[in-house]
Amino acid sequence: MIKDSYDVVVVGGGPAGSMSAIEIAKAGYSVCILEKDREIGTPVRCGEAIGHTGLNQFFKPKKNWIASEICGVNLIAPNEISVGVDFKSETGYILNRKFFDYDLSKIAVENGADVFTKSYVTDLIISEDYVNGVVVKYMGDEINIKSKLVIGADGLESRVGRIAGIKTSVRMKDMESCLQYSVANIDVESNKMTMFIGEKYAPGGYLWIFPKGNNCANIGIGISGKFSKHKSAKKYLDEFIERKFPGVSILTIVSGGVPCSKPIREPVANGIMLVGDAAHQINPMTGGGIASGMRGGQIAGEIAVKSLEVNDFSKKYLNSYSKKMFKIFGKNHDRFYRIKETVNQLTDDDLNYIATQASKIPENKRTITSIFKHAVYKKPSIIFDVLKVFAGI
Amino acid sequence: MINIIENKCDYCGACVTVCPKDCIEVVEPSINIDHKLCIDCDLCVYICPIEVLTND
Repeated sequence: MIKDSYDVVVVGGGPAGSMSAIEIAKAGYSVCILEKDREIGTPVRCGEAIGHTGLNQFFKPKKNWIASEICGVNLIAPNEISVGVDFKSETGYILNRKFFDYDLSKIAVENGADVFTKSYVTDLIISEDYVNGVVVKYMGDEINIKSKLVIGADGLESRVGRIAGIKTSVRMKDMESCLQYSVANIDVESNKMTMFIGEKYAPGGYLWIFPKGNNCANIGIGISGKFSKHKSAKKYLDEFIERKFPGVSILTIVSGGVPCSKPIREPVANGIMLVGDAAHQINPMTGGGIASGMRGGQIAGEIAVKSLEVNDFSKKYLNSYSKKMFKIFGKNHDRFYRIKETVNQLTDDDLNYIATQASKIPENKRTITSIFKHAVYKKPSIIFDVLKVFAGI
Repeated sequence: MINIIENKCDYCGACVTVCPKDCIEVVEPSINIDHKLCIDCDLCVYICPIEVLTND
């Protein structure tokens, strides 16, 4: 049963929250995960793509986590020229987040954490400027749970982050308005993802097809908030499906927002740390955030253990988490952000030209780096960023 | 005034994140706007991927 106090309360049972709980439980401290939905892992608000290294740095993947293994991408320009790239060393996966998230929370439990679903955190307990617990609606009852520390892994809109006074809002131009359909009866290559780029498909973002095997796929779109005023993500996606895949059936609809800004520099306050989407730990160019959110969760978990050892939960102490995250991700996030800004300024004509140039590169020499070198030809200063972030891909 | 189309919301929270007045609350299964704080900037209308919000 739910206790009235824990060393740490983790709000949100996604991968970032579970990683925090695993670290804290492993060290022998009491920790619970409070998940608002009735089940860990659903609804899946995610494209479900992750790189090989991104996943394997944490766990050797279990078979049912993987819907498909990805060895390349087809980039489609507005004029429909397709540029295929094989991933050389860095292959990837499309996950079954439903099973993946569920198993991560199980690992947390095996290490000693408590997990409660249908547990909606409505408020924080704050005294003397320190967060020291949560108010949770658990199966209809309102319960106060005291804690020395709260970890907010409660997603994009991070309710607990806002209550704690951490600035989590995102500028419209950095916010992607997203919609995804999981479809059946689609004929796509099972080991390649496809990305449609350009104003025609998805202004300020891209439209993706991530295969999930057995003629199923995630088809989704993200468009920048800068362009979503006149035409919604849904309109763009529906028009695309009508044109390209009129025969598919939509088995799941999920909408979402993805902050493609830089991560929150100091996602902490006295007695609280934010992790994952709540802290905007997302690659601003790709919108991918599973691996970086998990790393955020893990590091916050490590810092939580240290703070419990020294009994210091001040913002100042917890900022060692912010500093460590910035050291690991800061420079690359800045580079990805600059590349995103440059690519987003390209017109459909520019993209058509780039695709034509890139398709002339012999296939065995075609890499993400070589394509992006063409893509940023109008702003050569960005080439250094491209070389840095895509080294080895 | 911002209106919400009943039963259409997917509770993703995109609107909450762009609201400059922090006046939208998404508590599944409901979405509420504090009209006293709302400044009718319409950002929530524009960011919603599935057109749940309108302003007339």
